[in-house]
Amino acid sequence: MTDSHPIGRCLVALALALMAAPAVADDEPGANELTVAMLKSVERGRYIVTTSGCNDCHTPFHDGPAGPEPDMSRMLSGHPESLSVSEAPTAPPAPWGMMATYTSTAWAGPWGVSFTANLTPDEDTGLGKWTFAEFRDTIRSGRHLGRGRLILPPMPIAMYKNFTDEDLEAIYRYLRTIPPVRNRVPDPLIPGEPLAD
Amino acid sequence: MAAPLTILSLCCLLLSAAAADEAPASLRDTGLPAAGGRLIVVGFAPQYPLWSDGATKRRWLYLPPGTAIDASDPDAWVFPPGTKLWKEFAHGDPVETRLIERLADGSWRYVAYAWEDGEARLAPAAGLRGWPVAAAPGGRYDVPSQDDCRACHEGAAVPVLGLSALQLSPLRDSLAPHAELPGPGDLDLVGLVGRGLVVNLPTAALGARIDAASATSRAALGYLHANCGHCHNERSSVTDRPLVLAQGARTGAQRVLETLDGVPSEFRLPGAGLRLVPGNPDASVLIRRMRSRHPVAQMPPLGTRQADQAGLALLEAWVSLDPDYREVAHHD
Ligand code: HEC
Ligand code: HEC
Ligand code: HEC
Repeated sequence: MTDSHPIGRCLVALALALMAAPAVADDEPGANELTVAMLKSVERGRYIVTTSGCNDCHTPFHDGPAGPEPDMSRMLSGHPESLSVSEAPTAPPAPWGMMATYTSTAWAGPWGVSFTANLTPDEDTGLGKWTFAEFRDTIRSGRHLGRGRLILPPMPIAMYKNFTDEDLEAIYRYLRTIPPVRNRVPDPLIPGEPLAD
Repeated sequence: MAAPLTILSLCCLLLSAAAADEAPASLRDTGLPAAGGRLIVVGFAPQYPLWSDGATKRRWLYLPPGTAIDASDPDAWVFPPGTKLWKEFAHGDPVETRLIERLADGSWRYVAYAWEDGEARLAPAAGLRGWPVAAAPGGRYDVPSQDDCRACHEGAAVPVLGLSALQLSPLRDSLAPHAELPGPGDLDLVGLVGRGLVVNLPTAALGARIDAASATSRAALGYLHANCGHCHNERSSVTDRPLVLAQGARTGAQRVLETLDGVPSEFRLPGAGLRLVPGNPDASVLIRRMRSRHPVAQMPPLGTRQADQAGLALLEAWVSLDPDYREVAHHD
């Protein structure tokens, strides 16, 4: 067993979570079977998510003993709805161009203000209802659900679209095993354009 | 010595295979004959067109010799491998020509050619955003990315959106906004069936028409079908509650109204929480999102810089219609 696949460690937890999680595709043969391949895929997903920076933007930061750190009790739940942001800050003088809240979840720049999404499997406010195809198409096309509005910076779409299908599936599977957090993330603020017409 | 040579020739083989698989660099080499060319390519004009910031359009179809479109399902035609479809966008002069091709393995390829100095060259896969075109509204034109082609073309049962029994019906809707009359030589359903290019079409579908209580209602439903139905249909899951704006050869108002009238919208705007409030366009999320070009709110989410005023006028009139003229058709 190599370091990158420590699947033994949390096998039981993963098994329970997987049984509760909907299958990747209903028509996939034996989709509900708990296979070693699926467990490996979840573990690969955990590895990617914890090394590719998802928590640096999608988990709110708080003060830890050694300075700001992700608050893992709210892991990947996105910009906290309790922290209301109603307008963009005054732009800083050049060369500064981007600002973020101390939580690292609301980001201001020339695009307006974007709020990181809730990636937990909560049905109403997270990715609970997303199919794998919708997740893959979102990352590949840079559009919400693959066919809606453009996804704003600093979500690293330009780089993440290079993930293989296999890795995207691994990320998707892992995200279904994490604790759901109920947190409704606001819509982005677009400069000069109120949402109401 | 033998091994490197084999590898080298293998590489060459792979490279040439890749080249054969790529779209030609110029529109000239895609098989679209110049005007007056031999008529293997036929023109067509869907009765309910997509709004594209006022661009005028022409469309053509090519089928490999001896093949035909299987229309057993009048709403989801099956196109043979080798099928090519072109769509030209013009603001005065042609600006862009798009090409959809069904490849030998059954997959679909989407490319765009941008016109400059009388020649149309292959546009980058990422498209051209804000390309300067003097005659386009605001002097800017967007060639969509190939991902955006897929966002619109791969949300319905078949990627070909403008060829169906309803779209090519000889019973054309005279109230459809921005509709262009078929050009000389363009074929409608009767012409395509007559030439054997469309086969197995159920006879009843030859006179496809949206079942509606009034002409305004029919035109509004047709508009929603063409501009929204490719993303909002029975197979789509982009909204949690079903939102069906698509039509088939024999459908009508009923399903659309079931998914709209008084149905809560997940996406809300100040003063509008329901998808559609009969009699009140301003309180209807559907109308408000069509009016908006705010990147988060606008519907459709891509493909236009300007709201469609003629389309909006029709849809607002439809929302305001007396229920008798809006709801279900009265058959005598
Ligand atoms: C540098 C910050 C940053 C990083 C790193 C990041 N994201 Fe994001 N992400 C964002 C922001 C900001 C948004 C919201 C953008 C918007 O609203 O348009 C977002 C949106 C998303 C969405 C779209 C949700 C929707 O509703 O359309 C998904 C899915 C997503 N991120 C997944 C991930 C995953 C998985 C990772 C790690 C592999 C990751 N993100 C890493 C900032 C980031
Ligand atoms: C905003 C949605 C949208 C986008 C983006 C889009 N299309 Fe279309 N396209 C349509 C609709 C709807 C029709 C049918 C109605 C019409 O032609 O007016 C159509 C028609 C066509 C046709 C004629 C054949 C058919 O399906 O009816 C071709 C060819 C075509 N599109 C190619 C492309 C290519 C290539 C791209 C990307 C470069 C693209 N389209 C991007 C919506 C879209
Ligand atoms: C290219 C795909 C696409 C097209 C075309 C499109 N939509 Fe949408 N629509 C979406 C997506 C994705 C959502 C869900 C995300 C959101 O609300 O932005 C949506 C959501 C909606 C909603 C909100 C429903 C709810 O319950 O929240 C309405 C209303 C709507 N669209 C109306 C329209 C109308 C009217 C048209 C045509 C004029 C249209 N759409 C064309 C992709 C599309």
